[in-house]
Amino acid sequence: MQRRKKAPARTSGDTQWVWLNAAAVSACILLVLGLLLLITVRGLGHFWPTRVHEFIVQDEQGNQSRLVGQIGEHEKVSAERLGEQAETLDGENGFVTRVLVKSGNRDVTGQDFHWIFQEHILRQRSPSSMAVLEREEWGAFFGFVVGLKSNGVLLRSRDVWGDFQLLLNQARQLRNEIDHLQKDEIGSINYQMERLRLKERGVQLKGEASPQILVAIAQERQQLQSSYQQLETRLDALNESARQNSVIMRIGTGEESDIDLPLAGIIAAWQPNAMSVTAQLQHFFRQLWLFVSGDPREANTEGGIFPAIVGTMLMVLLMTVFVTPLGVVAGVYLKEYARQGFLTRIIRIAVNNLAGVPSIVYGVFGLGFFVYTLGGSIDRLFFSAALPSPTFGTGGLFWASLTLALLTLPTVIVATEEGLSRIPRTIREGSLALGATQWETLWRTILPMASPGIMTGVILAVARAAGEVAPLMLVGVVKLAPALPLDGDYPFIHLDRKFMHLGFHIYDVGFQSPNVEAARPLVYATALLLVSVILLLNISAIGVRNRLREKYRGLET
Amino acid sequence: MAPYHAGMNVATPDSAAPGQERSARFHRWRGRKDHIARWLIGIGGATVILAIVLIFFYLLKIVAPLFTPASTSLEQLGSRPDWARSSPLYLAVEEQKEIGIRVTAEGDIEFFRVRGAQSISTTPILPGTETRFVRVAEATEHSGLLAAATADGRVFLLQHSYETRFDGGVENRQIVPGVTYPYGQDPQLMLEHGEIRSLALADSENGLLLAALDATGRVKLLTGTRQQNLMTGEVALDSTVTELQLDVPALSIALSSNGDWLYVGNASGQVQQWALPGLELVESVELKGGPISAMAMLLGGISVLAGSEDGTISQLFPIRDKENHHSLEVVRQFHQGSAPIRDIVNEQRRKGFLAIDQQDELAIYHSTSGRLVHAESLAKVQPRIVALAPRADGLLIESKDGGLSLLAIDNEHPEVSVSSLWKKVWYENYSEPQYVWQSSATGNDFEPKFSLTPLVFGTLKAALYAMLFAVPLALMAAAYTAYFMAPKLRQWVKPGIELMAALPTVILGFLAGLWLAPLVEENLAGILALFIAIPPGIMLFAWWWQRLDSPIKTLVPAGYEPLLQIPILIALGWFALWLAEPLQYSVLGTDFRSWLGRETGAGFDQRNALVVGFAMGFAVIPTIFSIAEDAIFGVPRSMSNGSLALGATPWQSLVRVVIPTASPGIFSALMIGLGRAVGETMIVLMATGNTPIMDWNLFEGMRTLAANIAVEMPESAVGSTHYRVLFLAALVLFLFTFVANTGAEIVRQRLRDRYSSL
Repeated sequence: MQRRKKAPARTSGDTQWVWLNAAAVSACILLVLGLLLLITVRGLGHFWPTRVHEFIVQDEQGNQSRLVGQIGEHEKVSAERLGEQAETLDGENGFVTRVLVKSGNRDVTGQDFHWIFQEHILRQRSPSSMAVLEREEWGAFFGFVVGLKSNGVLLRSRDVWGDFQLLLNQARQLRNEIDHLQKDEIGSINYQMERLRLKERGVQLKGEASPQILVAIAQERQQLQSSYQQLETRLDALNESARQNSVIMRIGTGEESDIDLPLAGIIAAWQPNAMSVTAQLQHFFRQLWLFVSGDPREANTEGGIFPAIVGTMLMVLLMTVFVTPLGVVAGVYLKEYARQGFLTRIIRIAVNNLAGVPSIVYGVFGLGFFVYTLGGSIDRLFFSAALPSPTFGTGGLFWASLTLALLTLPTVIVATEEGLSRIPRTIREGSLALGATQWETLWRTILPMASPGIMTGVILAVARAAGEVAPLMLVGVVKLAPALPLDGDYPFIHLDRKFMHLGFHIYDVGFQSPNVEAARPLVYATALLLVSVILLLNISAIGVRNRLREKYRGLET
Repeated sequence: MAPYHAGMNVATPDSAAPGQERSARFHRWRGRKDHIARWLIGIGGATVILAIVLIFFYLLKIVAPLFTPASTSLEQLGSRPDWARSSPLYLAVEEQKEIGIRVTAEGDIEFFRVRGAQSISTTPILPGTETRFVRVAEATEHSGLLAAATADGRVFLLQHSYETRFDGGVENRQIVPGVTYPYGQDPQLMLEHGEIRSLALADSENGLLLAALDATGRVKLLTGTRQQNLMTGEVALDSTVTELQLDVPALSIALSSNGDWLYVGNASGQVQQWALPGLELVESVELKGGPISAMAMLLGGISVLAGSEDGTISQLFPIRDKENHHSLEVVRQFHQGSAPIRDIVNEQRRKGFLAIDQQDELAIYHSTSGRLVHAESLAKVQPRIVALAPRADGLLIESKDGGLSLLAIDNEHPEVSVSSLWKKVWYENYSEPQYVWQSSATGNDFEPKFSLTPLVFGTLKAALYAMLFAVPLALMAAAYTAYFMAPKLRQWVKPGIELMAALPTVILGFLAGLWLAPLVEENLAGILALFIAIPPGIMLFAWWWQRLDSPIKTLVPAGYEPLLQIPILIALGWFALWLAEPLQYSVLGTDFRSWLGRETGAGFDQRNALVVGFAMGFAVIPTIFSIAEDAIFGVPRSMSNGSLALGATPWQSLVRVVIPTASPGIFSALMIGLGRAVGETMIVLMATGNTPIMDWNLFEGMRTLAANIAVEMPESAVGSTHYRVLFLAALVLFLFTFVANTGAEIVRQRLRDRYSSL
């Protein structure tokens, strides 16, 4: 039955109360929209090429100084709050304007952010040749490109900027090669060595250490070592050639302020003040792509979040694999097979309530039961060679997804039950009357009809799991995982490995990193990514539900 | 559901034709498949449901050892008839409980295997002489340093130590005992004392302190300063002996390990505190239990335990109150029985101790929890001398007939009791009993403080402020959306607000901690002005809008007011923020925050309850809104129509008819919202300073149960008391939310029944 309501006519007198209630609705909407807007603007703003300004500042004593940087924000502050600092400032109505300048060049100036008073600024200009360098270390660098060097010799060049970009491209290719060697090839050899060591220890523990086996192991080790040495020499050569080129950057006005920066440490360079809108857009999307596909640098405060994305996705995927069959079986049992009565009612209430149990409680359970109790036993039974360092006896991908599967189980059970109860009794009876068994009725008729409802539940479960952080902190998330849980080494998916997670990344970078202020834009960007994924999932769940309602509307009457 | 089962029996074959044969097999197969599916689904479903129940029982299982009493078992280890002939002065056992040491009055040091009591080696303290020793004392902090005093007042210092060797692998552990003489083998100290009744030794930074009590009740203190010979590197002791000026003969003595205090218990029941090295009487406290028959220091050297003749043990420690006034306080008392306390033995790793009285009754206590952990009679083994293992997991007992037995003690968590978890506890160095959560610190002699009260308080505080923000907003929005809003708009608004629930709390926490908290700190007056200005502002606007006689009004039909109000809200908010900043200076003379600090003296944290209230309120709003809206929307239209027909305004019918009818649903919305606020982890973790203080101040932080678990769980050792207390915190959270949700669910089901009858 569709219930439609017509808003009752309003008479005067109490209207302001109704309006107050309406204001509550607006406030809620404002809060949601404001929050989304805040995250979007700050998150995307991070990738936009911000102009770099050059300020000539004169302080109270008349000393002039030069400051180069991007404008963070303008702020009006009451002179009173600033106290002594602002004594000599005029301001308007007791307020002075100050500007937050992000100055970069952390290795030279030692400071990232400067507050300067608007009144102190003598001159402000944005030279079009000002370059921004994104570096492996020490954050951004602002300055003018004045020359290029190769092996310490100045290169003659007509178009310094163009040649710089060319050399930079070469350097990038070199770096990719080095990265590939270091991470994939050498990482793989290290992994195989470790497996070999465990194998050796394993046969020794079991007392099967016959000379043949030991010799075979030693041979294999020899091979690995020699290929390791080859890689090492190649790596050295690459590193050598990567160090060759450098760029001369001028940060001050004269030659005395020139600084040599090796190209190997520079990731990208651009001139934001000279960029057209198209170039800006291009830059924006390139930066966005680097963020999504790159590895984190500088204690997670710079670079990309690729490992966190992979970790989150894998964990959620595994969780879905666990939770879907379990939840559906439990839901089907409760609705179709169990005798309906007091007990099922109690169970239903209990299952419903578990959805409200704090997630940290699941984390505690996961740590105690899965990690320590189950994981400890698994280690003793199957991984005794690695002891005392734990394999499954410590947090990892497997336990994390199992914990979250338990956490989201009620959602799927409830959704399955709801989906099943939407199916009219006549359909079941029709199928049975045609001679189908109960299983056939379930498998061929009821479950397909209920599948959109189940899907909704699974999507909601995924959305909840993707955003949950508290339990993961106990069962396997780390701030920086040395290796992805998915790689080219057998068995390809490493269930025992610790992993990175978008939500935990936000917590860690936002609250535990040494330079929170500088890392903040990155946290907004990560938050934006997480929010978009989760909202997308939720909206698709709503969409599925609505389609389902449309589909079965005819059946319900 | 049994009736469905009938279907499979339809085609039972009764002829043997080949086609029918095949179809019979097919039907049998179908039947079997159905049967298997039924079983599998039954088992699977039941397992999943059991797994859920398992959570509760697993938590309970981990928590249970906290509250199970200690248990002991007595085991005969062996018999040494020769021991009955010598008189033991000192008995000890090393950490693994494998090797023991026994020092006798005859001057023999014997190491023996605990199991079987076989001797390993016997060495005399003074080879070749027949010196009789009267007392042996171990340094207060169990460093293994012993002082052995002869009848004529010479004191020898020696140290026993154990080396663990792994010759040929971890499996072959060997413990090798040894005795060293850190200050040489000559008699290092001369006490010139009468018959020594009791001896106390402390090896402090200030030097070596030795207190001796003789049979007449006089106390002498020997202070030994270390002198290192620059040429040989040998350390010698330079000693001075002072006698205490006592009015009443002393009965027992104790030295604090830091060498600052000497405690003397005397025959008239007084405990005297003497400051070292000057030997001034600082404080004297009279206990009611009669003469002080035994004394010992608790681990850490802060508390002294005094056992009286009436069987009472009192714990005392010096405190400084707010005026910096020094006093020695009786902190708590334990009543053992009626017999005088003979001996008090402190644990070496915890703030526990055990006491034996004249009737050989043994009792194990813990000071922090104030608990009598275990009591039993040792009368049947006739203890002559006892030694507590360093891990306090066993008591070695030498009987009068030379028998050796071990009382294995299973006492893992004495520091926790119901009262120490929930009530005020007087911790060492505190001037009064307090609720404190402080689970770990550097140093072994730290007293862990496991009071859940500040955490529960913090949890409730955070939840309360969140509810204060969320409940009015969510309920008013729910009432409007369900009752007044145009259906078309409602289609969008309801899922929109419900989408808020899906926002990861880590993002809310991050915004609260890094964006909102500094913003609130900067614009405190403005933020408070928002709350004050907006409701009247809206009502004023409504009044004006109603009076307005203009065609503009038709632009906003009834049921669409929220759309109009969004710009108004923004304008009002901006106005409040804009006005408050200069206003605070002209009215208060300074900014609101400094004014508040000056006027109320209350502290201000950047990450405070106000910020948490905002952020967590934001997380709770959709939960409350969604359920309350459903409840109000579900009230049959006929009820409000009746009310309207009788002349009530829509607002009146909402408040007087609809809301009372929906109130159970609203109640359940509040309960579920509360449950969510109580268990929320990331927001409080990120938006507060996580200090476990107990203060309702809106501008200070708190630490909640959930955040506490998240912070401390990864560092706690498996199976430790700390670990189990954290599980208890999780169990408390679990039970609280479970009860709240069950209550809400039952109420909601009732409501559903009621509606269906209407």
